[in-house]
Amino acid sequence: MAQRLSLSARRARIAWAFLAPAVLVLLAVAAYPLFRTFQLSLFRANLLDYPLRPEWVGLANYAYMVRDLYWWTSVKNTVIFTVASVGLETVLGLGIALLVNARFPLRGAMRTAMLIPWAIPTVVSAQMWRWMYNDVYGVVNDLLLRAHLIAKPLAWLADPHLVLPAIIAVDVWKTTPFMALLLLAGLQSIPEELYEASRVDGASGAQQFWFITLPLLVPALLVALIFRTLDALRVFDVIYVMSGVNPSTMSMSVYARQQLVDFGDLGYGSALSTGIFFIIALFVVLYLSVLRVEVD
Amino acid sequence: MQVPKWFKVALAAAGFLALGVPAAAQGVTVTISCGSVGKGYNFCKEGAEAWAKRTGNKVRVLASPKSTTDRLALYQQQLAAGSSEVDVYMIDVIWPGILGEFFVDLNQYIDPKVKSEFFPALIKANTVDGRLVGLPWFTDAGILYYRTDLLKKYGFAGPPKTWDELKAMAAKIQAGERKSNPKFWGFVWQGAPYEGLTCDALEWIYSYGGGTIVDAQGNITVNNPKAAAALKMAKSWVNTISPPGVLAYMEEDARGVWQAGNAAFMRNWPYAYALGNSPESPIKGKFDVTVLPKASTPDGRHAATLGGWQLAVSRFSKHKKEAVSLVLYLTGFNEQKRRAIYGTYLPTRPALYQDPDVLAAAPFMGRLYDVFVNAVPRPSAQTKKKYNQVSSAFWTAVHSVLEGKATAEMALSQLAMRLERIKGPGW
Repeated sequence: MAQRLSLSARRARIAWAFLAPAVLVLLAVAAYPLFRTFQLSLFRANLLDYPLRPEWVGLANYAYMVRDLYWWTSVKNTVIFTVASVGLETVLGLGIALLVNARFPLRGAMRTAMLIPWAIPTVVSAQMWRWMYNDVYGVVNDLLLRAHLIAKPLAWLADPHLVLPAIIAVDVWKTTPFMALLLLAGLQSIPEELYEASRVDGASGAQQFWFITLPLLVPALLVALIFRTLDALRVFDVIYVMSGVNPSTMSMSVYARQQLVDFGDLGYGSALSTGIFFIIALFVVLYLSVLRVEVD
Repeated sequence: MQVPKWFKVALAAAGFLALGVPAAAQGVTVTISCGSVGKGYNFCKEGAEAWAKRTGNKVRVLASPKSTTDRLALYQQQLAAGSSEVDVYMIDVIWPGILGEFFVDLNQYIDPKVKSEFFPALIKANTVDGRLVGLPWFTDAGILYYRTDLLKKYGFAGPPKTWDELKAMAAKIQAGERKSNPKFWGFVWQGAPYEGLTCDALEWIYSYGGGTIVDAQGNITVNNPKAAAALKMAKSWVNTISPPGVLAYMEEDARGVWQAGNAAFMRNWPYAYALGNSPESPIKGKFDVTVLPKASTPDGRHAATLGGWQLAVSRFSKHKKEAVSLVLYLTGFNEQKRRAIYGTYLPTRPALYQDPDVLAAAPFMGRLYDVFVNAVPRPSAQTKKKYNQVSSAFWTAVHSVLEGKATAEMALSQLAMRLERIKGPGW
């Protein structure tokens, strides 16, 4: 009797022992910084004071955040950026994945070459695109003019209607390969026999895609979508390099960085960071509830 | 005469022992962070290395971001972390109030006589609560660059005196030049949403008699009809005499268009003068500079935003004495003279404006002396640590007008409200 109790107790203890490193690491790298950020968001503190002189203000930073139009503009920009870029990347990535999943000569080389945009650091590629988008000497305008698609050069990075789409295009260019790679892995896990059986039953290519490929690809698709959505929601580099802190384009992270770094406003910047955390958490909850439905 | 090889080797070794070794043994390494606009980095490096050779110390020269805003962000991080990595910082004229607490009081290190050799206004700009946090290295003021050859070609006797004249001249030259060069524009300036736009827009507003955003007493004055008129004027340039892309231009973007010969006028700092006259420049000898135009209204006046850079010593520096010595060398008469002649950096010592060598290399320095001395400071002294927020709110508002997203009146009244919040009970 005593032996059995101690057995289950021992198993629990062993389980905790195995979990402990992971829990400790999570506490150190995720929970503690998050807690500190939240704590700071309740103070008014300026990085430029030497020494620091934090002052307790309660929820005042949050009260201002709710009324701060720039914050809501940045939330809007981020959501537009996320929906547009992740949507386009998924469609294009799926197309490319289907293409490179087919058998053809030099398939290996093709799959490697496809990853190049993903491999270039964003800061570098964003700067490269900045030059290509230049209104006077940029190659983008040059090509479009030669092709007679536009009548006069466009100011890609200065026109408030063009700059966000231009940045989304860069993100799509960069991240589609990553999406394609994830979906390719999903495609390769679909058993070949299903296609053989459907061919015997006389299914067309389109029917195969809609009734076999797509349903079986859903788990991989959802994982890829979660990855990309969470990544896109905290976008910083491509937007900051291409247009700086500009209300037409700034994302939540760009705005929070301005408050934290440029203004040294630790309190309000931390409140914004906490806001970003909750918005991303909201998306995670949404996705997870969708996923659970799928698993059931 | 044949010199034996062993003799050369021995000579080299002796030279090494005599010069290199003792210097390295007693010197320390001082790190200086310099700007990278134009040839700024090279000039800084040459000057700092000359000091190193003279004193037997070593220098490490770090480059910093081109954008002033990014540079300040980097410095803030380093200083707030208490880093002793950098000993000497090159700081913008608007930063003493922002970063002052992180720098040593130079009054404790230098002879008071040295202070009197600089422009008093610049020493004042570097003094925060009685502490001298930096020594002025070069001063700056916004000026108008114009193409002398094109003005002549289109029958203009001289550069424009008012903004209206500038617009008319730019439009005429642009229309004519477009026939042979479709990339040609009338006027380029700094329109990207960053500190540079604050400088440009302050010049427009001040030239209309619209004040300096926040007045000397700290009152927010920017929401006035004259300021609105100034912004409307600038808005009317975009896509007529200025490329639509100007709204994403910083100094070097504007210079890129100008120096390639694709613009008739440019607003920029004096550093572009030497670069435009460098041997490989397509517009070498074809341009001149003058004071920026004024408004055509009765109270219109010429305005130039005061810029310029100072050298400050970090309070976390481990070699404060050597760092101060480097600052004194770089801001000294001879080094400033070298920089004025070869880089057209404006000296911060009045004596250099009477120096014949300087005036021969950059005649405009004598001609525009009054402009430089009377340049309009940005409201950094009043707004202190909040200057950055004030400037960011200002350039964002101006940018939204230039983009056509808001009318000048609407943007300025919203700006005034934002500034009130930033100000709070006091700056």
